[in-house]
Amino acid sequence: MIKLTEYSKSGGCAAKIGPGHLSGILCSLPQMTHPQLMVGLDTSDDAGVYKLDATTALIQTVDFFTPIVDEPYVFGQIAAANSLSDIYAMGGKPLTAMNIVAFPVCKLDAAVLSDILRGGLEKVTEAGAVLVGGHSIQDNEPKYGLSVTGVAHPDAILTNAGAQPGDVLLLTKAIGTGVLTMAARADMFEEGVRAAIDSMRQLNKTAAEVMSGFTIHACTDVTGFGLLGHLSEMVTASHVAAEIYTKDLPFLPEAQNAAAMGLVPEGAYHTREYLKNVTFASNVADVLQDLCFDPQTSGGLLLSVAATDAERLLASLRAAGVDEASIIGRITGKGAGTIYVY
Amino acid sequence: MSIKIDARGMACPQPVIAVKKALEKVIDGVIAIQVDNFAAKENVLKFAAANQCAAEFQEQDGIYSITIHKGQGVEKAQTIETVTENTVFLITHDTLGHGSKELGTVLIKSFFYALLEKEPLPRLLLFMNSGVYLTSENSPVTEHLQELAQRGVQILSCGTCLDYYELKDKLAVGGITNMYTIVEEMSAANKAITL
Repeated sequence: MIKLTEYSKSGGCAAKIGPGHLSGILCSLPQMTHPQLMVGLDTSDDAGVYKLDATTALIQTVDFFTPIVDEPYVFGQIAAANSLSDIYAMGGKPLTAMNIVAFPVCKLDAAVLSDILRGGLEKVTEAGAVLVGGHSIQDNEPKYGLSVTGVAHPDAILTNAGAQPGDVLLLTKAIGTGVLTMAARADMFEEGVRAAIDSMRQLNKTAAEVMSGFTIHACTDVTGFGLLGHLSEMVTASHVAAEIYTKDLPFLPEAQNAAAMGLVPEGAYHTREYLKNVTFASNVADVLQDLCFDPQTSGGLLLSVAATDAERLLASLRAAGVDEASIIGRITGKGAGTIYVY
Repeated sequence: MSIKIDARGMACPQPVIAVKKALEKVIDGVIAIQVDNFAAKENVLKFAAANQCAAEFQEQDGIYSITIHKGQGVEKAQTIETVTENTVFLITHDTLGHGSKELGTVLIKSFFYALLEKEPLPRLLLFMNSGVYLTSENSPVTEHLQELAQRGVQILSCGTCLDYYELKDKLAVGGITNMYTIVEEMSAANKAITL
């Protein structure tokens, strides 16, 4: 049996270029401004948003990565769920999708690619979107993902810049896909690895549908920069400060064991070094600190919700089957993006 | 028995896997491994600790040489013996007492000096409100507090207070805590003394 992950050095969102590198590269580009551009590069958001008219905003995103699991079909599912997630994180509904494929045609059987695409298509269909095309190139390392286009009412667009003092922070998926995909490569923690795979291929669709009925001030999805990396983008863009309670964080089974065993992805160390605005209380165990930076692939939505709506939203999410949804912290006040972790 | 591993150029989790395999072979002995990146070094040290092995490392030109001891070769880390009792101090001002600020600064310095001379030492010092100036940079008592910390006294500052005085980046001694922990610690103490 082929092992897809052996064809790549780092898998999934852990393969992302770090936020430190990225902002250095992007800042050399001229800033794009346009009267119709609602969300652009400047706030490190999940997708770009362009206002078509008074009732429709276009949401566009692209995401692709190297294999994170060995099974081609499952890799396709995860990559697609991850790509679609950016549309949900902006409060939108995915309409169309296009495949992006890099594949070593000489080294791997074509059936592998068709399995990857089948997995991706299944998730696009589940999202209610239509696959309309794609592009493929020959490459030594397999890569797959999608460019997705969605829509929302311009007033319903959720950015990462709207968090308000007093808001409650809610996370819709458990953390630990980074350490557990490392564990998969080391043939350790089977139960946790299975749970991570199930979590990664789950769409954020239900969570997005449920949250549309509540007062959400800011939203992002947790991916390669880990919980604190993406929360940091949110609090910085919103000019607020936040606190997180590690005792309330949902973790995938065996994620803490995997982190304790030194199965921490390199990206977690980079993000920790890059983030100067995060302070841990002295009693937060190293394992929990590492998991707060753990790069997630197809992670959950991180919501900043009005305090009056928080408990009802949590109950509705759980009732709809978003079982791992948890209240994990709050926005403490105005600020320059500082985060305390207790 | 000793095993040498060259894990330079290996990406995580490969170095950890290599150490795992080596530890399975060694019952009593030493594993020496070289890695060339920070994440691999950290991960190998974590793996060793999780498997109850002592480990130390040296860095030269970006190469980390890690030595892991398994079995009888494990040397117990040296600990400084100190006597502490379950007393907690809550320090709520950057000076001692009300009145002259100048005098208050002199008094708080001599307070911590005297505290160092007293055995048993307290278990924990909690700093709140303007007290957090004492645990931050440019504090008149940094050296006293550092010595107390070295001798096993836990030092914690209130996070909200550091934030309020914009001292978060300037914390010089000890860790950060919140009101829940402060209340818990004070309730659990045999003696809680507020300054």
